[in-house]
Amino acid sequence: MPSLTLLGQALVSGVLAGGIYGLLALGLSLSWGLLRLVNLAHFALALLGAYLTYQLGTALHLSPWLAAAVIVPAFFLLGCGLHAVFAYFRVTEFTSLLVTFGLTVILESLIQWFWTADYRRYETPYATASLRVGPLFIPTLEMLACLTAAVLALATWAWLRFSYVGKALRASAEDPAMAAAFGVNHRRQAFLLSGVSAAYAGVAGAFIALISTLAPAQIWAWVGVVFAVVIIGGLANPIGALLAGLLIGVSESLTMAVVTPAWAPLVSFSVLIVLLIARPGRV
Amino acid sequence: MSGDDRRVAIALTIVGVALAALGTVGLPAFYESFLYIIFSWIALATSWALLSGYAGYFSFGHGAFFGAGMYTTATLTTRFNVPFLWTLLAAGVLAAALGAGIGAVVFRVKRLRGELFGLLTLAITFVLGTIVLNTRIDGGPGVFLSAVPLPRLLASPTGTLYLLGLALALATVGAAYAIGRSRLGFGLFAIHDDEDVAEVEGVPTFRYKLVAFALSAGIAGVAGGIHAMYVGYVTVGETFSITVPLYVVLMSVLGGARHWLGPAVGATLIASSLYAFTGGQQAVLGRAAVALVLVLVILILPEGVVPAILRRRRPSMPAVEPAPALESHDAVAGEPAATAPAAALVAHDVWKAFGGIQALRGVSLQVGPGEIVGLVGPNGSGKTTLINVISGHYQTDRGRIALGEVTLSTRPAHEVAGLGVSRTYQIPRPFVHLSALDNVALAATFGAARCSPGQARAEARRWLEFTGLRRRASALPHELNLHERKFLELARALAGQPRVILLDEVLSGLNPGEIASAIGLIRQIQARGVAILFVEHLLRAVLALSDRLVVLNEGEVIATGSPHEAMRAARVVEVYLGTPHVA
Repeated sequence: MPSLTLLGQALVSGVLAGGIYGLLALGLSLSWGLLRLVNLAHFALALLGAYLTYQLGTALHLSPWLAAAVIVPAFFLLGCGLHAVFAYFRVTEFTSLLVTFGLTVILESLIQWFWTADYRRYETPYATASLRVGPLFIPTLEMLACLTAAVLALATWAWLRFSYVGKALRASAEDPAMAAAFGVNHRRQAFLLSGVSAAYAGVAGAFIALISTLAPAQIWAWVGVVFAVVIIGGLANPIGALLAGLLIGVSESLTMAVVTPAWAPLVSFSVLIVLLIARPGRV
Repeated sequence: MSGDDRRVAIALTIVGVALAALGTVGLPAFYESFLYIIFSWIALATSWALLSGYAGYFSFGHGAFFGAGMYTTATLTTRFNVPFLWTLLAAGVLAAALGAGIGAVVFRVKRLRGELFGLLTLAITFVLGTIVLNTRIDGGPGVFLSAVPLPRLLASPTGTLYLLGLALALATVGAAYAIGRSRLGFGLFAIHDDEDVAEVEGVPTFRYKLVAFALSAGIAGVAGGIHAMYVGYVTVGETFSITVPLYVVLMSVLGGARHWLGPAVGATLIASSLYAFTGGQQAVLGRAAVALVLVLVILILPEGVVPAILRRRRPSMPAVEPAPALESHDAVAGEPAATAPAAALVAHDVWKAFGGIQALRGVSLQVGPGEIVGLVGPNGSGKTTLINVISGHYQTDRGRIALGEVTLSTRPAHEVAGLGVSRTYQIPRPFVHLSALDNVALAATFGAARCSPGQARAEARRWLEFTGLRRRASALPHELNLHERKFLELARALAGQPRVILLDEVLSGLNPGEIASAIGLIRQIQARGVAILFVEHLLRAVLALSDRLVVLNEGEVIATGSPHEAMRAARVVEVYLGTPHVA
């Protein structure tokens, strides 16, 4: 049995990793729940954002915060453009999975072609900074990522709950024809949401560049975990996505500490499968 | 064996013999391995389509079964010295068992369809990869098969693998053809379009999906076993990657996943074009190009190349069947065959709740052979729920439903249908990719009639004739208008040769002329000794047709009796018109 300090540290790093999962799950949950589009390419976009942050930082010596200020609006536009294609071809919930599967492979290949399959590490002065709370260390950057995830989740929740656009989006997801009959312009709001979702991928990407080592195949490592998070959290439920991210993050890092790191990838799937079978109505 | 069957069998044999002969001549090793790769992809893509193309359950987990096969052969040959060919059998059986095991869990959860099934199967690939990597099966460094002896079917090792690949590809394509024409394939196509209706029509959906998944996984396992020998060095990173699921989906979708030959055509196209990009950075761009093709095909040609070509080659698929053939057919068939012995439908004290809503509270009723019982009541009174419970779509919470002596209420829906209970849907739910004829033939195949697929078509033609849809036999459901679709529902319900028919608002939305012909049809069905439970809002029709009436309100029977008696009962008047407040 590992020491209490080790468990505490595992708990901290689980919460922090969970924040990134939540951040990635947020955009995915929105487009799946409200636009009925399963966007696998969300992960590829996040990784592209990370590589761009890395590139702007290493080649142009742009600070990561400035890089993010460029990337996030650009990704918003990219998301709108992607939605234009989906809308033009009337992509359904199921074909969206196939199309974005293809897009993911294209983006992964392009990333690998441009940056090669070698590991990339973005060295910044922030990377090693950390807070010390009693016997525990809390890395500053990861804490910032986790806080950003929490702020974005709360803001998105409030946006969907209270604003006109949020209500209109929820109404359209429920019954598009009826919402349209009441004057909801679903097309315009769908573009907005798609843009916001891609922008979130950009935010996640900037943090990923700062926190972790980059490799093109990273995309597939996230897919299973984050989809598990989205499904556990409930579609179009920002707070749920965040909490589910934390749940999975903590269970993974406790598995790493108590059992062995090699088995951690199985945790999220086990949680998901148990939930799907025990509470199928939840999905 | 029909003419089509014979032609396909002959064509496959000729291709097989020709390619096998080519192998014995001693092709240069390069061509042998090039063709082997294509055969391997044909087997993988075609086997994938058995479940995912035919039944529409898109699996992203084909790599898991392929990998299971690879590691079975790698482990058995290197560690246990099992002869190579025997390990192929083991690889197939193990992968099939894995598929069946996963299916047995996943197919029980109704919500796990469509994209959820896809994501879950994608996860399986990585889960299996993690397990293999972290256990003694691999343990990290990979497994070398270079010392494993290869049986000499042909002079060279590549020749032997070529022959094995060819045999597996041909067997798989042949199996895909045979299944597509069989009862199993018919059921899988119906599951693709509307699984709930398929079950109610008598298709044992759970078992069929399980069989298709096991078969699909088993073939992938054998392909993996052969491939382990071909590559000679098996690693987790290469085996449980995204490549196999990506390519099999792409190949099948490109070629046409619902057509038996589609995946093979797609596999040949993609695998040969991939050969153009080998090595290093070029391979990366090649993969991007393949993915781009996937995106474009799905956007522009969602049904695939083979169906698109077939449609272009036969642009004037006769919308109307040639009359002479039909005439002669009718002469052979004559009057519809006698139905199974008549029996009464009995429901006794049936209860059903959904969460906190008590939909049925102790409903009892009886419908005798040749009797029409009208079931009326306000919206939400439980009429459709009762039909869903009788047909087995929902299980009862309490109470018993029986047909004659046979209890229905403990059986799954497909058994209920097989015993002779059929129904219509208020909003018609035809199988959208099947012609009107096949929609009806499906009911004849899986209902109480239990026809073979060939007989079923003949039977279906008769019922289309009976409902006046003969000229629409080859039309797809979306080409039919509401009245035709309602009558298609009726034809489909009749083709199973039921002893009980549950009619759920067959008349709603029809114009007066159509209603009159529908009432005529219902009288004819009654004359055949079928018990009819007739749900309808149109009171005039109910009063005209029903021998007896059962009035439901809030899940309770509030009146029964002859139509006029029942409608005059005080409770019924109260429910329909409200309580008189004037003293």
